[in-house]
Amino acid sequence: MSDSKQIGAESSPEARRNLPPLSLHVPEPKFRPGDTADFAHFEIPPAGSTPRPDEAAAAGDMRDLAYGLVRVLDDEGQAVGPWDPKLPAETLLKILRAMALTRAFDERMFRAQRQGKTSFYMKSTGEEAVSVGAALALQRDDMCFPSYRQQGILLARDWPMIDMMNQIYSNKGDRLKGRQLPIMYSAREAGFFSISGNLTTQYPQAVGWAMASAARGDTRIAATWCGEGSTAEGDFHSACTFASVYRAPVIMNVVNNQWAISSFSGFAGAEATTFAARAVGYGIAGLRIDGNDALAVYAATRWAADRARSNGGPTLIEHFTYRAEGHSTSDDPGQYRSADEGSHWPLGDPIARLKTHCIALGIWDEERHAAMDVELATQVRDAAREAEKNGILGHGLHHHRMETMFEQVFEDMPWHLEEQRDQMLREAKAAGL
Amino acid sequence: MNMIQAINSAMDVMMDRDSTVVVMGEDVGFFGGVFRATAGLQKKYGKNRVFDTPITECGIIGVAVGMGAYGLRPVPEIQFADYIYPALDQLVSEAARLRYRSAGEFIAPMTVRSPFGGGIFGGQTHSQSPEGIFTHVSGIKTVIPSTPYDAKGLLIAAIEDNDPTIFFEPKRIYNGPFDGHYDTPARNWGGHRDAQVPSGYYKVELGKARTVRAGEALTILCYGTMVHVVEETVTMTGVDAEIIDLRTLVPLDIEAIEASVKKTGRCLIVHEATRTSGFGAELLALVQERCFYHLEAPIERVTGFDTPYPHSLEWAYFPGPVRIREAINKILKD
Repeated sequence: MSDSKQIGAESSPEARRNLPPLSLHVPEPKFRPGDTADFAHFEIPPAGSTPRPDEAAAAGDMRDLAYGLVRVLDDEGQAVGPWDPKLPAETLLKILRAMALTRAFDERMFRAQRQGKTSFYMKSTGEEAVSVGAALALQRDDMCFPSYRQQGILLARDWPMIDMMNQIYSNKGDRLKGRQLPIMYSAREAGFFSISGNLTTQYPQAVGWAMASAARGDTRIAATWCGEGSTAEGDFHSACTFASVYRAPVIMNVVNNQWAISSFSGFAGAEATTFAARAVGYGIAGLRIDGNDALAVYAATRWAADRARSNGGPTLIEHFTYRAEGHSTSDDPGQYRSADEGSHWPLGDPIARLKTHCIALGIWDEERHAAMDVELATQVRDAAREAEKNGILGHGLHHHRMETMFEQVFEDMPWHLEEQRDQMLREAKAAGL
Repeated sequence: MNMIQAINSAMDVMMDRDSTVVVMGEDVGFFGGVFRATAGLQKKYGKNRVFDTPITECGIIGVAVGMGAYGLRPVPEIQFADYIYPALDQLVSEAARLRYRSAGEFIAPMTVRSPFGGGIFGGQTHSQSPEGIFTHVSGIKTVIPSTPYDAKGLLIAAIEDNDPTIFFEPKRIYNGPFDGHYDTPARNWGGHRDAQVPSGYYKVELGKARTVRAGEALTILCYGTMVHVVEETVTMTGVDAEIIDLRTLVPLDIEAIEASVKKTGRCLIVHEATRTSGFGAELLALVQERCFYHLEAPIERVTGFDTPYPHSLEWAYFPGPVRIREAINKILKD
């Protein structure tokens, strides 16, 4: 008999028949395909009801905020309460425009993937406020360590769309030389760190960048984003420990969009607590906010940035939002979640909500919004056409030189890579390429 | 200097020359490291540049990647190479590929120091030799010194290098060369020709092997502690072997290997790491590919066994003089 069998026998029900059998809890989302979604069980506090502590407050004094929900925009589109950032019209419209541009960009690139122009795309529909609101609340030279659904940061920072599209098409204009999966941008000048496909690896990196900035007496801070599902990764917890221990000037954003591919947030622990509450155990300031409320995102980010910049340490922000579309172009959410979940999402659509707010303020109207949508769609289309001149994925003539495959593995190319490069070039020549 | 002092001196020299060099790791600050490799550095350079870290290897390396991206040159310590596995993803998927994937926008110029290898009764969790895992990864360099002089010169070169580097320190020979005879008293570096270590700056170039001993009968490729075990065995047997200390596995000095094997016509590869898919397999393939028509006998490997490092049976596992001598005899028989 093997060791493992002996251990099994000791703990079998027969061996302890006076005890009730244990049971394993496997989480299950409330709604599956065919079910009618109903989010009445969510506790959604009224906008404006959450207090706003001073940026210098001790993390231990704001535990309630990790379990609440900071909201600024109410159902009528009014900005209310202590978290209202009271932004000038110009900034409000800038946020609105960057969110609308992000949506237009996503639409176009999603279609480009369906047309076979690239291999893969990931939309951020419904989550535009998370990236745009934060990007515009940070300084341009603060360093962002994003996950794969924060294209809104680049667009909010006026990064050229053609550059992003070249990357998506992996064409000869792609500064990353066709090495990365589409949407895994890198834009140092835009304060946008190279995206990894491995989840949450950017978290400790952001903390390290922030620690370096602090150690050097710099004034720049770092911000990072991950999904709620990947808070289960060890890197998340390592990063929280480091951030807490060294009071790193970093903002750690958890984008709780409810779904990690087909796994609902319960598999990351959402049934037991909130994601913002992860901060409590680390002694970090934790804020749980309405991620579909661009003003709440802006206000929370600015609060956290001010805290970090004054050596108050890190903040963990949970953006409570909803992934309105599939995980990626390779995913069909109709297979695993209720079709009408998105339309029942109680926190609405971030663009529609800010639009209503701007209209209520009298600085915007439906006509201008419709005209803006047309203008942005045209801008995106024109950029796409320009980018396509550099080629699309799979059309070999538009790729970078083949030799680039071997470049930048190391700073200088070692002999074994030179040999392999020469082999490849010989093969290409023999094949008549 | 012993090897610990040489390593300490390398960091001292580099921290003095370059204010972007920072040292971090478990216990490296106030205490100066469990092996004392970082002793005195925090006092000299301050807590902003030499600091203790939480016990999370993936955090240490992930943070070092971010620091490198910022513009610093971190020298993180992983207290024992056996504990590098939680950091593997940050090393393999992040540090090693950052330059490539960002087309040079971001780099991770870090030097990860870590004591490795057995012969100290460290059991399964303080004795492993995981270098083969890193040589298999594109974008990371692997350096293993065997003397105090090389340890300092190679470490300085690694810290100056803009690529991420794993610097494995053979802890069995920190304090003195080890000839493989575990039952004889430990020796120290005093008087050893390669323990004369200049106090200032000098470099030992990465990618250049060292000929420990010239010879005609066979070539022995080795690194780290094994250099000394091989040297002692060769001296004992009186065989005219050429001993090559590889010093860096990536980049590898293929020219030195090729020239030596073509001269001697025979090749033995010695490492302490487990055998299957170990770096010896790569060396064997390279020698076979490049020197086949010059070979007079099959290439042999002497390695650790494909088991975890057994605490009480350490000396049965360790590739010592008996195993090496047998392999030499086998190669020379033909």
